[in-house]
Amino acid sequence: MPRHRHACAVTRRSALPLLAGTLSALALLAGPLGLAPARAQMSDLKIMAPASPGGGWDQTARSMQQALVTAGLVRSVQVTNVTGAGGTIGLAQFINGAKGDPSQLMVMGYVMVGAILTNKAPVSLDQVTPIARLTEETEAIVVPAASPIKTIQELAAAIKANPGKVTWSGGSAGGVDHIAAALFAQMAGADPSKINYIPFSGGGEALAAVLGGKVTAGISGYGEFESQVKAGKLRVLAVTAAERLDGVDAPTLTEAGIALKITNWRGVMAPAGLTPEQRKTLVDLVEKMARSPAWQDILKQKGWDDALLTGDAFADLLKQETARTAEVLKSVGLVKP
Amino acid sequence: MDTLGALLQGLSVAIAPMNLLFALIGVLLGTAVGVLPGIGPALTVALLLPVTYKLDPAGSLIMFAGIYYGGMYGGSTTAILINTPGESASMATALEGNKMAKAGRGGPALATSAIGSFVAGTIATLGLTFLAPSLVEIAVQFGPEDYFALMCVAFVTVSATFGDSPVRGLTSLFIGLALGLVGIDKLTGQSRLAFGTPELLDGVEITTLAVGLFAIGEALFVASRRHLEEEKLEPIRGSLWMTLDDWRRSWKPWLRGTALGFPIGALPAGGAEIPTFLSYAVERRLTKHPEEFGKGAIEGVAGPEAANNASAAGTLVPLLTLGLPTSATAAMMLAGFQQYGLNPGPLLFADHPQLVWGLIASLYLANAMLLVLNLPLVGLWVRLLAIPQPWLYAGILVFATMGTIAAKPSVVELGMLTVFGLMGYLMRRFDYPVAPVVVGLILGPVAEAQLRRALSISLGDPMVLLESPISATLLAVAAIALIAPFVMKNLGRFKANED
Repeated sequence: MPRHRHACAVTRRSALPLLAGTLSALALLAGPLGLAPARAQMSDLKIMAPASPGGGWDQTARSMQQALVTAGLVRSVQVTNVTGAGGTIGLAQFINGAKGDPSQLMVMGYVMVGAILTNKAPVSLDQVTPIARLTEETEAIVVPAASPIKTIQELAAAIKANPGKVTWSGGSAGGVDHIAAALFAQMAGADPSKINYIPFSGGGEALAAVLGGKVTAGISGYGEFESQVKAGKLRVLAVTAAERLDGVDAPTLTEAGIALKITNWRGVMAPAGLTPEQRKTLVDLVEKMARSPAWQDILKQKGWDDALLTGDAFADLLKQETARTAEVLKSVGLVKP
Repeated sequence: MDTLGALLQGLSVAIAPMNLLFALIGVLLGTAVGVLPGIGPALTVALLLPVTYKLDPAGSLIMFAGIYYGGMYGGSTTAILINTPGESASMATALEGNKMAKAGRGGPALATSAIGSFVAGTIATLGLTFLAPSLVEIAVQFGPEDYFALMCVAFVTVSATFGDSPVRGLTSLFIGLALGLVGIDKLTGQSRLAFGTPELLDGVEITTLAVGLFAIGEALFVASRRHLEEEKLEPIRGSLWMTLDDWRRSWKPWLRGTALGFPIGALPAGGAEIPTFLSYAVERRLTKHPEEFGKGAIEGVAGPEAANNASAAGTLVPLLTLGLPTSATAAMMLAGFQQYGLNPGPLLFADHPQLVWGLIASLYLANAMLLVLNLPLVGLWVRLLAIPQPWLYAGILVFATMGTIAAKPSVVELGMLTVFGLMGYLMRRFDYPVAPVVVGLILGPVAEAQLRRALSISLGDPMVLLESPISATLLAVAAIALIAPFVMKNLGRFKANED
């Protein structure tokens, strides 16, 4: 194995310089990105992802970082992670630590709306300034390919007949999957507090439960199911967004006669205590970023839907979502009235 | 032979000079971050993702795989030398490994862990190559009831980590189980024992507990003993390398550890901790030198280390074939795939064979590289123990605190670390084993959630635990493991009477 010997020699003699070399090479790689043309450039921006590295919020924050710098809108962007409690720990830290600072943003999403309610968080989204909704992902309701249930109406009928007998697998309790399942049951004419929803931590285990035929149906972001759907192992009964998905032969719930629209959206917030000008600057910045080719490329790669909604329109949406979510969570018993 | 041909083609991708370089960078970075408690491979991959965006997909994925394997190696180095498991999967290694290091046998302990990881990693990667598609079919059939049964087996066997007194061991285990209840209940979303502290809602972090009990507790204990007797640590006693006897005692644990680690790692909710504990328990039961366990038995290092690495290869099975990320690092690698518009899953092997087989082939290379990187460094690592004790333990305290702060920047977390450190000190002072506490924290919440899921799927019918063949078999294994020692004892007495 001459190749191994060779590798060995390299390793022994130059392990440390190589490591140092790597790091500086990586820094160099990142360097040119910062040299983009300076037009109305902001110098520094901090974006907090109130979740651990790798999750959806973290990926959103890091994608924003990439797009903002590539488009030359901000000279340097720093992403920090504050994990815990559905993002409410990060939210609390953002409210207290960033007040009045126009150079900080925080990524959040629909999941945080629910987490604030279920965790009885001492902080709320009234204490931050809504800037924009950026992306959304539709939820998909799937069954194993071998399931006798062929259409979403059949599933609705089964739930109406006996909500406890239909088992659902999805993400954590009180999250968007759970809320969507509860709303679906309600629309189907069943008592949402009776649904048999089995929460799994992380998409992987929940997907395994549907694939293994352990549960009646799975509900999660479409991305979780995509490759299995294409491989023919899962059947999509319906999607929960307002429009159908390209290349997926499944109706929206509205088309199927169930008046329910729900998506897992993600957006950004600024701290409270900003002047109207400061707020406008940030809204404009995020809007410019969202229209930049760099951001559009990222959306395509990650399979996120563009759902740009800025300023007051986003603030209104937030109010509606909070009200609707509070009601659902009460009905499934996650939030005591 | 189709697989073999594809693999050979993969090898030709992996040994392209650039890809070799990426594999090398990966294992170096991985080893470096594995050594630091708190900063794990997942965080590293996350930080590198935006940087690798412009690189070629094969190269950066190969680098990620190197980081993953490297992290597994690095974690065991600190576990053995300074009793600070870099991650929870290295905890079982610390039990015997650190005792060995203190007895001047740090060299052989590091060597058996490096070679064992290499052997296990290689066999498991072979398993990944040839068994992935069929293994995954079985793994998906594993339902909540089967996981619960697996946890029962784990609970029965962890008594091996109890030390000499079952009562003290059970006390420790129940402390761990109690700590496992803290946080949001996974099934109902209600918070338990959090006392209005938002930081507690996600439960007690396993690394915080392990680092507190092991590293801080140990440092405090050593400090409290200093005026009584000067314990002198000899970095090397006897050979720095493994003796013939060490080899003889290591090879079987390597293979058994691999046999436990790979399939459990391949389960969607398997993880790396359970196989390491199981392996430790198995080795303790099968060893010809039971008197050495608790004082530094090489089998207790060889087995868990092999299991640890084999499970790392195992987690790639569901990732590549189903797109199921079953560990934090696998989740990051999934994000890495998606960055290039690739979706791991049943179609990945068909759509991008070159990439998949290149990645698998580079795992072989990463393993070989780790071995040549780690073995020459063993002599250097054990020198760490020659540092005067006050400096060494002060260093450990700084190290442990920094790692915790880096992973979770919060005052509450630091407070917990301190409390666990004091607890570790008291437990050591009054002779309670610390390992079962961490075992309880890891297994308790999983067992609870899986049992409740199983019952809620079966609409409350407990027979589901016996109706599933996998679960029934595992429960039988647990029952036998529980009863057998008593029966054997009585049989022994019976025979003695006959004579």
